[in-house]
Amino acid sequence: MSSPTTRSPAVLRARDVQVAFGGVQVLAGVDLDLHRGEWLGLIGPNGSGKSTFLRSLVGLVPSTGQVHLGDGSVPGPRDVSLMPQSPELPPGMTVVEYVLLGRTAHLGWLERESPADRRIAVDALHRLGMGGFADRTLRGLSGGETQRVVIARALTQQAPVLLLDEPTSALDPGHQVEVLELVDDLRHRDGLTVVAAMHDLGIASRYADRLLLLERGAPVALGTPHEVLQDSLLSQVYGWPLHVHHLDGHLVVVPAPRAPRHTGAVSATEHCTPPGRRGSPTHHPLDPDRTQEVS
Amino acid sequence: MTTRTHAASAGDPLERSADRAFRLPVPALLGSLALLLLACLLSATQGAAGLPVGGVIRSLLDAVPLIEVDRTLSSQHEAVLWQIRLPRTVLAALVGASLAVAGAGYQGVFRNPLADPYLLGVSAGAGLGAVLALGFGLNLALGPVAALPMAAFVGALLAVTGSVLVARGSFRNPATLLLAGVAMAALFSAAQTFALQRLDQTRAREVLSWLFGRLAADGWHPVLLLLPYVLVAGLVLLLHARHLDVLRLGDDEARALGLKPARSRLLVVTAATLITAAAVSVSGLIAFVGLVTPHIVRVLVGHSYRAIVPLSAVVGGGFLALVDIGARTLTAPAELPVGVITAFVGAPFFCVILWRRRHDA
Repeated sequence: MSSPTTRSPAVLRARDVQVAFGGVQVLAGVDLDLHRGEWLGLIGPNGSGKSTFLRSLVGLVPSTGQVHLGDGSVPGPRDVSLMPQSPELPPGMTVVEYVLLGRTAHLGWLERESPADRRIAVDALHRLGMGGFADRTLRGLSGGETQRVVIARALTQQAPVLLLDEPTSALDPGHQVEVLELVDDLRHRDGLTVVAAMHDLGIASRYADRLLLLERGAPVALGTPHEVLQDSLLSQVYGWPLHVHHLDGHLVVVPAPRAPRHTGAVSATEHCTPPGRRGSPTHHPLDPDRTQEVS
Repeated sequence: MTTRTHAASAGDPLERSADRAFRLPVPALLGSLALLLLACLLSATQGAAGLPVGGVIRSLLDAVPLIEVDRTLSSQHEAVLWQIRLPRTVLAALVGASLAVAGAGYQGVFRNPLADPYLLGVSAGAGLGAVLALGFGLNLALGPVAALPMAAFVGALLAVTGSVLVARGSFRNPATLLLAGVAMAALFSAAQTFALQRLDQTRAREVLSWLFGRLAADGWHPVLLLLPYVLVAGLVLLLHARHLDVLRLGDDEARALGLKPARSRLLVVTAATLITAAAVSVSGLIAFVGLVTPHIVRVLVGHSYRAIVPLSAVVGGGFLALVDIGARTLTAPAELPVGVITAFVGAPFFCVILWRRRHDA
């Protein structure tokens, strides 16, 4: 699979990024090179460290290890923007005000938005088709509209790397795809680099050039969707038998049905690790050396 | 898909919305300034000796440089106007403005609609400092800062630090911060009472009447004492109103957007505490102005702190000037402490806010 990732130099490098909360390690050494125009999907069960990794990239959680830009400098809010999982929607704030706040990193301590800043916000709203919503309050928007406005704010930040934390988990399938198509358009037009933490593995594989699979804070696989989405690996990490199907060139991940209660049939689970027996020697979650780097 | 739209063109509605965003609402500002002037004029004419409105206006106009009008007030009325009424009116407006912008600052920085200098215990802390300075000659004077405002400032700073520490960072939860403020206010009030007990009776009564929230008829002296603090701290609050708007998104998002929340919070809290302490040291404890005013202003101009902070100053000034008329006339010839009236107005208002919050949730 040819992706833009192999040709261009890295825009963001993470080396041995570790995070611990109160002595408990929640991120155990992640290495990653992100390339311009790449979409990296971050997958893994709840609590596997997807959000923590994203938040460590923008300095919201104290971490050890190194995060550098391509030129070796430490990234700031002008370089990396984060779309939070559940964005705060202050009462009474209008859409255009919210999007304008994306300019914060470009303003001096006591500086105010210039006409140029306002134009950038207007452009972002136009590009996301939210031009008619400028004076609406955030809390009056639907879920899909809200996501667009949050993306518009991230675009206004004009950072080359965009981090999305579960961008579509609150949306119906139609709106999910609509929002992700938008981001994909922006990535192709502007060369944005996207890192998206996602729960829906099929959708993640549809947009991502590469997937990074985390389990309990440790990277267990990094590669193209076809390489990472394997029945045995997923079943083991997610603790439930999962089957990967190919459907019209797309990958679809389907959980195996629960065994019928009275017949005693175990066909769905017999070749997989049952729930509760995770962390077998083949993929040790806390040992980065065992990460399957396949690319 | 509805993503493709025409490119932004000058004069389209979106462009106009973007131009208006976070701007000072000029009509509302001019309107409330006019009301403030009216309130001050009314305050200047009302009182034990009624002054003719026309005469007062002429006298005021004549005092403006380059304008000459024949004054029609008697020399006695002139003296009442310039030595008693006007200083008091201006003081009321300044104290009201101070408490209101301090309230707006606290509400913004703690993201808490119930934050207010009085409820946070800041006023009680300032009061204790002031009692120690007035009654016991505690002298913390530092450079140009006189002993009284300095003692009030130290007390106020202790109280707000205490409240924030007790709330342990969960100051977003209105109840937690409020309860911490209640605890601090109780502690500092007890210390005040203890200190008052140690004073002889006449001195204690003097300090006590000041503590109730009293706008002194002391000529221009308190106005001059308060003015520099209002200008400096008020300017700091005005300049950081943009930060307050970013902080509405919460510390995490604000930081991800490039703001340093702790630094902004420290500056705003210090400025709000300084202006509160200065107000308390000239007027005692006046409750609820800082709570009520920003809420009224929100109804008028929306939720951006870049509108709320300046408007609160004007509306708070007008509000206290009006309340002070009541303080002087309702029980004439006796005078009501102005803090009693603000509490009468503010407490029911506070209940309404609580009630509406419960129904929003």
